[in-house]
Amino acid sequence: MRIRITFARQGDLRFTGNLDLQKLWERGARRAGLPLAYSQGFHPQPKISLASALPLGFASRAEVVDMRLAEILPTDTLPARLNDALPSGLRVLHVESVEDGAPALQTELEAAEYEVTIDRADLPTDFETLVEQTLRLETIPRERRGRPYNLRPLILDLRTVPQKSANQAASEPKGPHLWMRLAAREAATGRPEEVLAAIGLGDASFRIERTALVFTWGRIPK
Amino acid sequence: MLSPEEIRARLDRLLPRVEKPGRYVGGEFNSVIKDWERVAIRVALIFPDIYDVGVSNVGLKILYDQVNQRQDALAERAYAPWFDMEALLREHRIPLYSLETKHPLSCFDLLGFSLPYETLYTNVLNILDLAGIPLRSAERGESDPIVIGGGHATTNPEPVNEFFDAFVIGEGEEAIHDVISAMLAARAEGASREGLLRRLASIAGVYVPSLYRVHYLSDDTIERVEPVVPYAPSLITKRIVPVLPPPPTDFLVPNIDIVHNRVSVEIMRGCTRGCRFCQAGMITRPVRERSVAEIVDAAEQAINATGFEELALLSLSSSDYSRIDELVDAVSERFQGRKLTISLPSLRIESVSVDLMEKLKEHRSAGFTLAPEAATERMRRIINKFIPDEQILDTTREIYRRGWKTIKLYFMIGHPSETLEDVRAIANLCKRVLAEGRAVLGWKAHLHAGVSTFVPKPQTPFQWVSCDTRERILQKQALLKREFRTDKNIKLSWTDPADTLLEAWLSRGDRRLAAVIHSAWQKGARFDAWHEGFKASVWREAFAEHDLDPYFYTHRQRRTDEVFPWEHITAAVRKNFLFQDFRASLEGEIRVDCRLNCFACGILPTFASMRRDHPGEVWKCPEVRSPARGSMSLTPAHELPLAVHSE
Repeated sequence: MRIRITFARQGDLRFTGNLDLQKLWERGARRAGLPLAYSQGFHPQPKISLASALPLGFASRAEVVDMRLAEILPTDTLPARLNDALPSGLRVLHVESVEDGAPALQTELEAAEYEVTIDRADLPTDFETLVEQTLRLETIPRERRGRPYNLRPLILDLRTVPQKSANQAASEPKGPHLWMRLAAREAATGRPEEVLAAIGLGDASFRIERTALVFTWGRIPK
Repeated sequence: MLSPEEIRARLDRLLPRVEKPGRYVGGEFNSVIKDWERVAIRVALIFPDIYDVGVSNVGLKILYDQVNQRQDALAERAYAPWFDMEALLREHRIPLYSLETKHPLSCFDLLGFSLPYETLYTNVLNILDLAGIPLRSAERGESDPIVIGGGHATTNPEPVNEFFDAFVIGEGEEAIHDVISAMLAARAEGASREGLLRRLASIAGVYVPSLYRVHYLSDDTIERVEPVVPYAPSLITKRIVPVLPPPPTDFLVPNIDIVHNRVSVEIMRGCTRGCRFCQAGMITRPVRERSVAEIVDAAEQAINATGFEELALLSLSSSDYSRIDELVDAVSERFQGRKLTISLPSLRIESVSVDLMEKLKEHRSAGFTLAPEAATERMRRIINKFIPDEQILDTTREIYRRGWKTIKLYFMIGHPSETLEDVRAIANLCKRVLAEGRAVLGWKAHLHAGVSTFVPKPQTPFQWVSCDTRERILQKQALLKREFRTDKNIKLSWTDPADTLLEAWLSRGDRRLAAVIHSAWQKGARFDAWHEGFKASVWREAFAEHDLDPYFYTHRQRRTDEVFPWEHITAAVRKNFLFQDFRASLEGEIRVDCRLNCFACGILPTFASMRRDHPGEVWKCPEVRSPARGSMSLTPAHELPLAVHSE
């Protein structure tokens, strides 16, 4: 049986790398008593695959992992069962069963959406203008690991988020300040911190949360 | 002082800039977060090495459970930050904090440092400094936490005496509660820090170094150590628990990869073999075993509670666990079909060990490790670990024959009176072992020779001997490298002599080393156990600054009547016993496993009433049946019911 788990990743778990997260799911599933299916061979590995790597420090409320089980189980009790067995930074939102032969998640991912909250001290007064200027550019040449590329086509959408400062007179506006949808295909993945650098906020302090993943078959969360 | 919320906010910004930020955030499954406001005593348990090494430490896990099970106390954790994180903490003025609630360490009532090895000392200083706590006990005030150390290195705590308010000598399971009770009582009566130290000093096994004065002779050796107050005992005897308490099962499951991702169950404590170089074997007596049922149940509970993929059954000598066959059968049956690696370290070199590992083959790991320690009969008699060459060859042949492709053999160079011929014999033995493997596996057979360098440790029969000099060590290592150069299937690993000598003076030093350690830390020494950290030149300068000579501590043959710096601390194995054993070593005389013949090491007279109250198989020492006498209930060795040898 193959199950698809939608989960949020917050707090301390923002600082766990993708390989370690794989291990975390493996151990969490065992603690929850799920009958993991293993690969054949000399070093059998559980069949767990994450849709998309999340950079260190990012939070997310829309992560997806596929997991193969050796038995067929009803999925409705699984969120509670898993949540009891997971560290507090991981939270299962939804579990559904998918066809065994369905394509791998990574191959079906098209885009990812992010919210960015910028530290008040680093928020420029002409923030909206800077964003508009960036969007008007036809090419945004950037470099990653020594290789030049054009960031602009990877930005599918980019908007400033109006602040409800009236209600929050006592405290500063909490954000988020920016919302973006970036390409997340296997050979073409936009990185939100690169977009911030293009806007001119490369040195600012900010927090980034992934809010949705867009697959060929639909969005998560739905 | 920053609040936990302020610390969290700063960490959010800084952590993406460090290597492996998961080291510094906590949030592990099975970590315990209690309400800070609702407990009286807050304890920070600190492993003064990097998170990756410290988080799996079983000793601290035991204490973490002991404290957190109390209603009136909480325990949180901290580790030494790596260089990159230390730089950021200092730059942004963030005090070192606990992983659970992010409280600065200075907000805790008690800091408990684990000191399993000596090369952590500079990290202790660095952690105190990062926490903004005065480094020296004498400089701390009423609002500073009490700083206590425990662990194997405290068999000689003198080199770090100035930095600790107290040490717990021996086992901490019960002592931690006595310490907390003393803190509660001191608080209830409004006692000063001095009053609390007084209470701590009256707890069995607790050593408060500031209450002692050391008198030196003109040759810089020690004349005597005396308490300066009447309530401090002249001899501090280690604590033990009569019966091992239930082992911890809900181990912390880290969110990042660490060194030992596994469940560990201690199957027994102590060792009856009496290898003369082995400090652990001397200081963890008596041998106390857990039952097969307790071990297997705990292992299963722990595997279920953690989801770990490896189980380690820990002891100093697994083969000597009295029901080892039964245990291995029970474990392999219980975990059949579960994807689990099971390690059973410290097996004796005999074919039975291969049978044991064979039973675990569904769970086995790649290599098979054995520790002959020496390669000539003469050396083996001296160190009291006697295994004939033929037995080693028979056992290793069997290991290769049953399909293990790599055998790892541990040796030590630098044992007392060792010659170059004894060292060459290590190479010859390895070649003969590999030849056995070749006969079975051809070129697929591999051998890994791990050759470390002996450090004569306090509270062992070899405490009188000197450590090999750097030149001598290099000469022996060069010989081995030469001998092994021709065979690609033999891998040799060795210890840098500088690391060995650092360990030697830190473990054998006296109180004057505290100033050296402090200077070395000031000059940047930290993570001395790491290649990235240790700098020999810094330590040379620190010694010179205080007009001390490392030679005095490491290379000097100690007089037979010398008073050791650690002599007011005892692991309940008497100096006279150790000396007799040292003499026996010089004669090449072997002492058998002490379950076969009690050599009256001192454990039984010290803990006679405890043994009397806990008769039977739990202990491997002879039973004590004589009636208790007086409040101390000490039974002189010659009155013990079983035959007692020596002295």
